[in-house]
Amino acid sequence: MYFQTWSAVWQMDGHGPYVWGAYSLTLVVIIVLIAAPLFRSRDLTRAIRNDEGRRALAADASGENHASKT
Amino acid sequence: MWSIVHKMGSPPWFYRFANVAIAWLLPIVFVALVVGSIWGLLIAPPDYRQGNSYRIIFIHVPAAVVALAGYYVMATAGLMSLVWKIKMADTAMRALAPVGAALTFVALVTGSIWGKPTWGAWWVWDARITSMLILFFLYLGVMALSEAFDNKVAAAKACAVLSLVGTVNIPIIYKSVDWWYSLHQPASIKFTGESAIDASMLYPLLLMIVAFYGLFALSVLLRMRAELLITYRQSAWLRSELS
Repeated sequence: MYFQTWSAVWQMDGHGPYVWGAYSLTLVVIIVLIAAPLFRSRDLTRAIRNDEGRRALAADASGENHASKT
Repeated sequence: MWSIVHKMGSPPWFYRFANVAIAWLLPIVFVALVVGSIWGLLIAPPDYRQGNSYRIIFIHVPAAVVALAGYYVMATAGLMSLVWKIKMADTAMRALAPVGAALTFVALVTGSIWGKPTWGAWWVWDARITSMLILFFLYLGVMALSEAFDNKVAAAKACAVLSLVGTVNIPIIYKSVDWWYSLHQPASIKFTGESAIDASMLYPLLLMIVAFYGLFALSVLLRMRAELLITYRQSAWLRSELS
């Protein structure tokens, strides 16, 4: 490691706010780039599966009466 | 080569390909970004003229490089959509534009933050920065156009034409630091001849460039997969894939 102490890491000889600011902003963008479509696919997958389940139940129920299934 | 293009154009094949690729890319990109950032922030020595502010290079250059390369990918997808009317190419174009815009935004803002302690100004209307700003607007333009039509085919055509016309800007960005007098430093990494950057800074930079390419691919694949889930939610192949 180049720096001697953690406060030196934080300050970076006066450039700390610039460097850490730039990295934090990039981190936020990266998280949004990955998390947004990831959660969207998860929700969509869940919705399709639920819909599929409902259809199967409906098909099942039309054949015979299942009072326990809702 | 053509058989791959043919497969890529098939939504079920692409869906399965995306699932596998995402599973591999997610951990690789995460590790590469963490290792590259620690290397660049803590281990690499400071620059003898700029001090520690130069550490922004490890995110600024990769973001800019991938934003530029991503534009070519988007324009290629646009061309394929125009010429062969491949639906997956439209999907790719729509997924690429916001990711490219985000990376261009990162390059512009980190450059601005780097400029303040180095040049004494947040922003200068210099050739490279201005042409990068145009790239940002081109990405935003494609995003806006893809939403502007009710007809999907017309939207895809408009996006493809805009992205192809915009490619004129890319060589201008590459060459801007050579063609015009500029505050922006010229390229430090060269494919031919000696690079103007020491190995202790070059290796973390190369790692971060690879990591950002991975990040780009990952985000685009995630977006394309999400769009496939919407478009084919009623299709038998997707339902059997999910069951």
